[in-house]
Amino acid sequence: MSKNQSAIEALANQEYKYGFVTEIESDTAPRGLNEDIVRLISTKKNEPEFMLEWRLKAYRHWVKMERSEGEPKWANIKYPPIDYQDIIYYSAPKQNVETLKSLDEVDPKLLETFEKLGIPLSERKRLAGVAVDAVFDSVSVATTYKAKLAELGIIFCSFSEAVQNHPELVQKYLGSVVPYTDNFFATLNSAVFSDGSFVYIPKGVRCPMELSTYFRINQQDTGQFERTLIIADEGSYVSYLEGCTAPMRDTNQLHAAVVELIALDNAQIKYSTIQNWYPGDKDGKGGIYNFVTKRGKCVGKNSKISWTQVETGSAITWKYPSCILQGDNSTGEFYSVALTNNYQQADTGTKMIHMGKNTTSTIISKGISAGHGQNTYRGLVKMLKGATGARNYSQCDSLLLGDKCGAHTFPYLEVNNSTSTVEHEASTSKIGEDQIFYCKQRGISAEDAVNMIVNGFCKTVLRELPMEFAVEAQKLLGVSLEGSVG
Amino acid sequence: MLEVRNLHASAAGTGILRGVNLTVKAGELHAIMGPNGSGKSTLAHVIAGRESYDVTAGEVLYEGKDLLSMPPEDRAREGIFLAFQYPVEIPGVSTTYFLKAALNAIRKHRGLEELDAIDFLALVKQKMKLVEMDQALLNRPINEGFSGGEKKRNEIFQMAVLDPRLAILDETDSGLDIDALKIVAHGVNTLRRSDRAMVLITHYQRMLNYVVPDHVHVIFDGRIVKSGGKALALELEEKGYDWIRSEAEVAAQTVA
Repeated sequence: MSKNQSAIEALANQEYKYGFVTEIESDTAPRGLNEDIVRLISTKKNEPEFMLEWRLKAYRHWVKMERSEGEPKWANIKYPPIDYQDIIYYSAPKQNVETLKSLDEVDPKLLETFEKLGIPLSERKRLAGVAVDAVFDSVSVATTYKAKLAELGIIFCSFSEAVQNHPELVQKYLGSVVPYTDNFFATLNSAVFSDGSFVYIPKGVRCPMELSTYFRINQQDTGQFERTLIIADEGSYVSYLEGCTAPMRDTNQLHAAVVELIALDNAQIKYSTIQNWYPGDKDGKGGIYNFVTKRGKCVGKNSKISWTQVETGSAITWKYPSCILQGDNSTGEFYSVALTNNYQQADTGTKMIHMGKNTTSTIISKGISAGHGQNTYRGLVKMLKGATGARNYSQCDSLLLGDKCGAHTFPYLEVNNSTSTVEHEASTSKIGEDQIFYCKQRGISAEDAVNMIVNGFCKTVLRELPMEFAVEAQKLLGVSLEGSVG
Repeated sequence: MLEVRNLHASAAGTGILRGVNLTVKAGELHAIMGPNGSGKSTLAHVIAGRESYDVTAGEVLYEGKDLLSMPPEDRAREGIFLAFQYPVEIPGVSTTYFLKAALNAIRKHRGLEELDAIDFLALVKQKMKLVEMDQALLNRPINEGFSGGEKKRNEIFQMAVLDPRLAILDETDSGLDIDALKIVAHGVNTLRRSDRAMVLITHYQRMLNYVVPDHVHVIFDGRIVKSGGKALALELEEKGYDWIRSEAEVAAQTVA
């Protein structure tokens, strides 16, 4: 018994490998939030008038929200009040990366940081088959393969750059899926977001490589507010990956990102996340508060948006990657693995809003709780009147490791027409002593047994990840590669 | 190969084994028979190292080594295999994946090179035939949705791949129809070898029609109360366990 327990704990208590701090001079805004800070960010980014206007509208709306109901209270998470005046809203390495001509001019400390994280950016070493936008605190440091992608008409750059070079696309689509009034954290993000990635795939183009953004929080007491906007024009396809880490600190840091996806007729977007923000220590001290709004809109007919997430980090995860299925025959998918250990809390799930005819959605959620972790699945499937013939299938499974953790499931269904079908399956299981003994009797160590069982539990989600990411995700879950045989 | 001496074991404070003595030599096949609750399966699990049983007295030597001080995974790596009465399901993990991990853990322990996917599959293909396993079944999550017979065949198949020195078969015959029983028995007979010992735990005599034991022991109330050759199994079948029960009671009174 005690042996199995310790193997479970060993898996749960794996040390956070990305907790280092990069010593770098930063250009940091004063603490706190007011209109001047919003203006300062906009000025730093040399933004056109429409952006400043949008930010200010968001800021004023946020002030109203903060004075009335404040943060959303419905989630199954507990945390002390966040002092929004004690956060630094803008921090960037002193070197102005936006004026650099080539990667050689980038501060070597920045390149080194990403290399340490396994994301080499230099021409020689960069990852084959994956174009990377590297975001450090509030700014994008570098984007690889930009020129090669441009040959196909693909725009892949930092959000700041898109604002400068493609203002018409930004103005058209920014806030079209997540309006600045959407929710407390999205509104805050709209006011102060500093950078992020921008992707545009032109008509009929299949993006030949994985596009990826790697987010790194470095500076202490800063919030990270990035914004990603991906537009897949008619008949195009893109697979996009997102990874994130932060140093180990004993104070909590706020991360409030917004991601908007737009898929036009016959377009497909596959969006994969490995979220590994610092989760806090074993006593629950420190860690990232991850309040993120991710939403995709299948605007066009036959379009498809697929979210895959592996959430292993953060002290708190509050995140519901969703799909608005507006176009007829459009498809939304949500595949999720969320792991909470120690004192981590996750309240995550999705919303599938069916508007168009014959729209389909699939939800596969796997929650793993260890230590004192609390894991909540929260999902909404909504069939509007016009969504005739629409279908949803949801499956929510929870796995408990140990007896101090918790799993909770809150599925909401709203069906407003008689021709749509909704299926929901849920299960909760514990890693059994008998499963571990069976493995051990075959010569497999308890630790490997736990890895294998967890891996098997997550298999249907992990196989949705692109290969490069699947490997990282499995390492993260502390599991060895399942399915390499047979 | 296996020397069990005065073994006492309990579960949750209740004594189940009350002084088992058993000697098994390489090349031998022993059948252990007994009524429900006599301690047959407990003996199998204690030898395999199940943590939920407490050994309160006695010792077990395996190839001269103190078995009880070894963790269960090391016992397996040293060549002890238990075919489970109730094989466990592991969702999302295929039999081939599971078995490759097991085989390589054992090989690593013995200082052998780990098998790669190709060599492993070749081995699997060869062993599959023994118990008429279907490739498709091996690619499915282990034991999930398997019929009773498929689960038991899968146990014998795993035994064939892992190539143990001491195999303990815990009621492998229970719940099998006659065809499946013949397949399993054929597998067991094929795997008998001069350097391998087997202990067959069973409630009924019928498997012993196909697998002929060298020794038969009857366990009752946590002790081996009678040992003999294959004729003992037939006698037991004929007279029933009540015969053993009354003999054991008489013996107990005599001692008192």
